[in-house]
Amino acid sequence: MNGNQGKVVKVSGPLVVASGLTGARMYEMVRVGEANLFGEIVEIKGDDYSIQVYEETEGIGPGQPVVRTGEPLSVELGPGLIRSIYDGVQRPLDALAKDFGDYIVRGAERPALDRSKKWDFKPVAKVGDRVSAGDVLGTVKESSLVVHRIMVPPGKSGIVKRINPVNGNVDTEIAVIDGADGPFSVTMVQKWPVREPRPVARKLPPDKPMTTGQRVIDMFFPMTKGGTACVPGPFGSGKTVVQHQLAKWADAQIVVYVGCGERGNEMTDVLLEFPHLKDPASGEPLMERTVLIANTSNMPVAAREASVFTGIALAEYFRDMGYSVALMADSTSRWAEAMREISGRLEEMPGEEGYPAYLGSRIASFYERSGNVICLGSDGRGGALSIVGAVSPPGGDLSEPVVQATLRVVKVFWGLDDKLAFSRHFPAINWLTSYSLYQEVVDHGVDLTLEGKWSVNRKRAMTILQREAELEELVRLVGIDSLAHDDRLLMQAAKMIREDFLHQNAFDDRDTYTSLPKQYRLLNTILFYYDEARKALREGVPLDALLKLDVLDDIARAKLIPEDTPEQFAALEKKIADTTRAAAIMR
Amino acid sequence: MSSVIKEYRTVKQIAGPLMLVEGVEGITYGELTDIKLSDGSARRGRVLEVTGDRAMVQVFEGTSGLSPQDVKVKFLGKGMELGVSIDMLGRVFDGFGRHIDDGPSIIPEKYLNVNGNPMNPFSRDYPNEFIQTGISTIDLLNTLVRGQKLPLFSGSGLPHSRIAAQIARQAKVLKTGERFAVIFAAMGITFEESEFFAADFRRTGAIERSVLFMNLADDPPIERIALPRMALTAAEYLAYEKDMHVLVILIDLTNYCEALREISAARREVPGRRGYPGYLYTDLSTIYERAGRIKGKNGSITQIPVLTMPEDDKTHPIPDLTGYITEGQIMIHRGIHAQGIYPPVDVLPSLSRLKDKGIGVGKTREDHADIMNQLYSAYARGKNAKELAVVLGESALSEADVLFVKFSDAFEDQFVRQGENENRSIEESLRIGWDLLTMLPKSELKRVRDAYIEKYYPKK
Repeated sequence: MNGNQGKVVKVSGPLVVASGLTGARMYEMVRVGEANLFGEIVEIKGDDYSIQVYEETEGIGPGQPVVRTGEPLSVELGPGLIRSIYDGVQRPLDALAKDFGDYIVRGAERPALDRSKKWDFKPVAKVGDRVSAGDVLGTVKESSLVVHRIMVPPGKSGIVKRINPVNGNVDTEIAVIDGADGPFSVTMVQKWPVREPRPVARKLPPDKPMTTGQRVIDMFFPMTKGGTACVPGPFGSGKTVVQHQLAKWADAQIVVYVGCGERGNEMTDVLLEFPHLKDPASGEPLMERTVLIANTSNMPVAAREASVFTGIALAEYFRDMGYSVALMADSTSRWAEAMREISGRLEEMPGEEGYPAYLGSRIASFYERSGNVICLGSDGRGGALSIVGAVSPPGGDLSEPVVQATLRVVKVFWGLDDKLAFSRHFPAINWLTSYSLYQEVVDHGVDLTLEGKWSVNRKRAMTILQREAELEELVRLVGIDSLAHDDRLLMQAAKMIREDFLHQNAFDDRDTYTSLPKQYRLLNTILFYYDEARKALREGVPLDALLKLDVLDDIARAKLIPEDTPEQFAALEKKIADTTRAAAIMR
Repeated sequence: MSSVIKEYRTVKQIAGPLMLVEGVEGITYGELTDIKLSDGSARRGRVLEVTGDRAMVQVFEGTSGLSPQDVKVKFLGKGMELGVSIDMLGRVFDGFGRHIDDGPSIIPEKYLNVNGNPMNPFSRDYPNEFIQTGISTIDLLNTLVRGQKLPLFSGSGLPHSRIAAQIARQAKVLKTGERFAVIFAAMGITFEESEFFAADFRRTGAIERSVLFMNLADDPPIERIALPRMALTAAEYLAYEKDMHVLVILIDLTNYCEALREISAARREVPGRRGYPGYLYTDLSTIYERAGRIKGKNGSITQIPVLTMPEDDKTHPIPDLTGYITEGQIMIHRGIHAQGIYPPVDVLPSLSRLKDKGIGVGKTREDHADIMNQLYSAYARGKNAKELAVVLGESALSEADVLFVKFSDAFEDQFVRQGENENRSIEESLRIGWDLLTMLPKSELKRVRDAYIEKYYPKK
């Protein structure tokens, strides 16, 4: 005998314990109390069902009803996701604002996909086609950048019995398929439980770079399509700006941005800014490829725990269509803290710093949902899902559990440094401690297109920066004057790499995005100066003259040279050669 | 929630600020309680956890003197509320919103739940309008904008109270016709401090546009948990229903967090860092995130939380978690204070994340951003050179560096330093900035556009 309705036994903050729910499963959704709050079963002990509630539980008490829904926490997938802003459990915030006012009230509910909106469905499959899970039945133009592919849901297959072009909302039937158990109807919408990874045909190692237009990232610590990266840093080191920059400029076809337990004003910033920013590839507004999930820090903590899974389920769905998708989660520390809070209320045995012992495996299972894949479906299309997670370690201490658990699974580490931020060097990615395990994969691809010198230049530049760090130690002890002239020239080159290449102003229209060819030329120009100056130094030109060349100002401004004007860089290199030579003759 | 009021004499356990009541029925989480003692005195409490027929009640005034046999607990069937009215302006209240001055009782226009609901991020409007505090280091270098939360990070013995009072006195929006109010929420401050604030507000007349909430160091610590929520509920009422621009000054958040730790310990919760509860971040965010603006509403809520960093340590959980939520910070520095400079703002690590959106043409002045960057970089260079001189001796400095050292000294002396009653307009701050920059050769002013140098460079 199943119990479809139980009763509240205990309330402690976001945790409610109920009894009488016999037959309920782990992670099943329930509605709690007279206020009809959303909750999810997270522990079953005998007849005690622990429920994490996604809304403020004030006013809930023992004896109040708890009703089962029979379904796990799921997302609705279909046209209308793009340009949406959802909370952590996929409630549309714009619709909530319209119907319930400026504050999020409890028990408020609106369908994730707007039912009043009509879509044009164009069939691709034909009557009589044999289709299986993942096959594309037809398409819907969702936004100016996204063609939404309506696919056969996972686990289903059969012969297309009926399929027609239709214009209707997402619930409209678009096809009927003759399956093994008889005919079934397909609409534009499907549901998927968020905690379960969506199936793929095959997973492949990431092999293509995901360019971001951020010089320090693309050149020194590159990311791949289908890869994983983390951005840890103390407050004020610019995590969110890095995440925003990636959401803006990463060459992904779809961006899912999860604001997990962060500032409300930052989400507003994204909401107001993205519709006005243009995608560098297509010239269309960035919002046309973006889905936002906003669970700000003051929104209920249980929904924060769910928000990351909601985000990744949406991202996987677009990946399954064959898109390259990038998911930004800011910040995974807040997500981990939500887990800790729930775990504490469940009175679980704590692991390190009060975090649950399963922290590491949860973090790993989240990042492992990334990947470069062959999607389900007979056309064998590929898709990719990249994940970039921000981490906010307390006091900037990288030895804390969330950072450590994350570093065990991600392949790219962009370590933010508050000393750099303090000296207003942005992005404050520390070039000495950061790493990317995708370097070789990326080098291989990019070298082929850029004179074969991309990786050579990068290695030289990195050597210079590392040498600078050693020399700085020395300078601190004995002063710069006691360095050999060779070394002082190297210090100059390092300074130029730092200030004229690595430093990038996210708020300057011309500097915010740099293409790979321009990045290559920019670094090449700096190294060219270094080579020419070294030559001149050896010929006896005084160091001071080389450090005071007017052309250095031109190099400093080179990052503002427009894209696609290699001739300007050529002219600059010529000027460098001319002036160093002139300095040699002057002597 | 049932409306029947339930009264019980079944207290079974008292520990710290908590009390366990058994045999209760129909009690809900978060419900408010009245606690009556046999001597006729009363206290208040709130349900923190309810399991079957047992309710755990947190007693706001503390449990000292309570005996299980002697206590009657009445459950009120509703959460904590504040009666609000425009007449609150000019008045002083305690942590529960009961007036503690000599004035008449407030007749509330309505009652509001003090926990509030989270603001829908979609309904937020981005903060981008300038607030003038009259303090140069804030206005020019770390600009405060309406709807922002910008804390003062201070330490014991530093003059943050005086700075807070000065901001409360001087803050204004530049547009005329806008109404401005200050809500002053003091948690766990000493009697002397509270006298200082009350006297200062009365003396300067700032009281007329202010609402004061006071919880003294010897008041029950638990009351401190309620106080900021009371204050912010009043702020929301004034901002969104009475169209006022409200500046909320919260002082001192460190006391608030300690009260939170006290309750957490009494509940035997698993502690996070330094014994603070694992939900400290979430709890603080429910205070700080109530700053903001709402699309289509005239009013706004701006917050200046003040906190004293234990041992001046920025990585202590309180400043650390605060920094992750707030939009920047103003650092108060012991060394600068020791030099006798008021207000001792350490400019370099201070930051207002929203400054860029609140300055420039139509807001302050077109050259604001350039001057800000130039002053900042010149001061940073001077400070660097000074550090170098300490290691290698002054003779190691280049001619230019010597100039920058002089500049940074003058900057601290003339720009950072100002009188406690000196209310500088933004033009005045800009003028002082320009005057200081004349100490440097024009060719060093690389961050200021030529057109502005042309227009604003002081003529001798």
